[in-house]
Amino acid sequence: MSAGLDVAARLRLGALDLDVDLRVGADETVALLGPNGSGKTTLLRIISGLQPLEEGHVRLDGTVLDDPATGTFVPAERRSVGVVFQDYLLFPHLSARENVAFGPRARGSGRAAARAVADGWLDRVGLTAVAGTRVDRLSGGQRQRVAIARALATTPRVLLLDEPLAALDASTRSDVRRLLRRHLADHGGPRLVVSHDPVDAYALADRVVVLEDGRVTHDGTLAEVAAHPRSAYVGRLVGTNLLDGELTGTTLRLRAGGTLVVAKGDVADGPCLVTVAPSAVALHRAAPSGSPRNTWSATVAEIDRFGDRVRVRLDGPVPLAAEVTPAAVDDLALHLGDVVWASVKATEIVVRAA
Amino acid sequence: MSAPTVRPRIPVPVLALAGIAVGFFVLPLAGLLWRAPWASAWRVLSAPVTLDALWLSLTCSLWATAISLVFGVPLAWVLARLRFPGRSVVRALCTVSMVVPPVVGGVALFAALGRRGLLGQYLDLWFGVRLPFSTAGVVVAQTFVAMPFLVVTVEAAIRQHDRRIEEAAHTLGAGTWYVFRRVTLPAIRPALVAGTVLTWARALGEFGATITFAGNFPGTTRTLPLATYLALETAPEEAIVSALVLIGVSFAVIVGLRDRWVGTAMGSR
Repeated sequence: MSAGLDVAARLRLGALDLDVDLRVGADETVALLGPNGSGKTTLLRIISGLQPLEEGHVRLDGTVLDDPATGTFVPAERRSVGVVFQDYLLFPHLSARENVAFGPRARGSGRAAARAVADGWLDRVGLTAVAGTRVDRLSGGQRQRVAIARALATTPRVLLLDEPLAALDASTRSDVRRLLRRHLADHGGPRLVVSHDPVDAYALADRVVVLEDGRVTHDGTLAEVAAHPRSAYVGRLVGTNLLDGELTGTTLRLRAGGTLVVAKGDVADGPCLVTVAPSAVALHRAAPSGSPRNTWSATVAEIDRFGDRVRVRLDGPVPLAAEVTPAAVDDLALHLGDVVWASVKATEIVVRAA
Repeated sequence: MSAPTVRPRIPVPVLALAGIAVGFFVLPLAGLLWRAPWASAWRVLSAPVTLDALWLSLTCSLWATAISLVFGVPLAWVLARLRFPGRSVVRALCTVSMVVPPVVGGVALFAALGRRGLLGQYLDLWFGVRLPFSTAGVVVAQTFVAMPFLVVTVEAAIRQHDRRIEEAAHTLGAGTWYVFRRVTLPAIRPALVAGTVLTWARALGEFGATITFAGNFPGTTRTLPLATYLALETAPEEAIVSALVLIGVSFAVIVGLRDRWVGTAMGSR
């Protein structure tokens, strides 16, 4: 009788051959990453009760929701699984308020009670002003907020979000990301976020599960997954260095301790997320002279070869990975524990508001 | 949407043929208007015979439309959403009355629901119900011919409607019946209205199946189209007035349909 979500999904559907074991603890957020067609959305459909299993089980806090072996299948409307769908799937003929009130109404609340619940949620997602507007007249960001409010308004025991930020432009994206972060923390049940962006996973999730071709290929914190990419997809996906810190002007104070100088952009001062492509990190045997202002000495903690590239993980005030060619490793005569100089140009550092 | 657009260049033969087509449709209307006995029109219109026929036409066609809605919408949903062997055969059987000659439909109804018909003999034996040559028979004949228009229109709309929106409703706790009423039906409302109006117009104009199955009795089964045909023999002027009434109603329906519903459904306004 373990708390949380316990899924053992075996299913063939068209070209997809899904075989996944996944547990999401009570009050845990798991990010589900994976290429198109890897089975992420199908897995969400299985958990929400829109796709029955062939074999395996779906259990929530010990209660069986789907188990073909015993013939148990609880239909979607009796599962208490809130879903934020990839393209929102709002009811186009209804207002924002009616969309959010739909769940409570369908579950038997009276008109006035459902309306009160809806208004409460619209207030929490900052949409009070457009509560009476038909959703097909709202912007993408507003629709996404309605979709989030609609899913949360039924106080579901599990929350599933399918690419909740994919369709939004950059500024809306960080707004909604902040909103999600707050409400995910308040939710209190198992949460599963499908994404293709490691930044979202980093900002929202406690743990990352990577799905490829219907199988789980990686499972762990983002740092763990990034440190040991076992496939080209993950190498590209989480190959990028993710850091967070506090921005003041063009100076970025990293939480890990170091300081970076970044190009002046339009990101406001305050907490932010930083990505640095490993290929943008240069390694030197001696302290480089000249241009790069971001130069520091670091210890080689790991050397991983994948494909025709070598990833060198560096410890120090700026913990990140550099990606170099095998030839460069030979030229620099790199070994574990060596102290090297690393540098990165300010313009190669991508800063986003957290 | 007021950006300047390039005026389409029109191939002359296309324009000429289209013009002939327009003339082909307008000319009969013009002929009716030309022959119409304007002086006696009101007298003909207000004659009890005409009023009876008009009233019968309206009530029967509205009944037929209502019955079509009650059974046709569920049928459209089943055809659009359920996969079962022989679905296309069922669809063909349920819409064939749209294309067979209405007289054939009337004969078939007779074979099925006539006093000695397949089902009709038992209706008579057990319930004393005799549909042929009754007002109920008119409704049956009109429903038989008109309902497919509703089924076809609504089925297409349900097919086009994004099923995942209904799935989203399920995850919010809505059962299948709730989703059908609160999500599917509102979503297909434009098609529902268009289909209803088309069905009603078809029922209103029904002639062949009605006269075959229900006969031609003044007051009980003589609808306006029947009265029009009959009058042509005895009093051509009355036939023209009745015809104009039917055309007027149909015309109002088509104009209203385009501007109000079909236009909105296609997103032009």
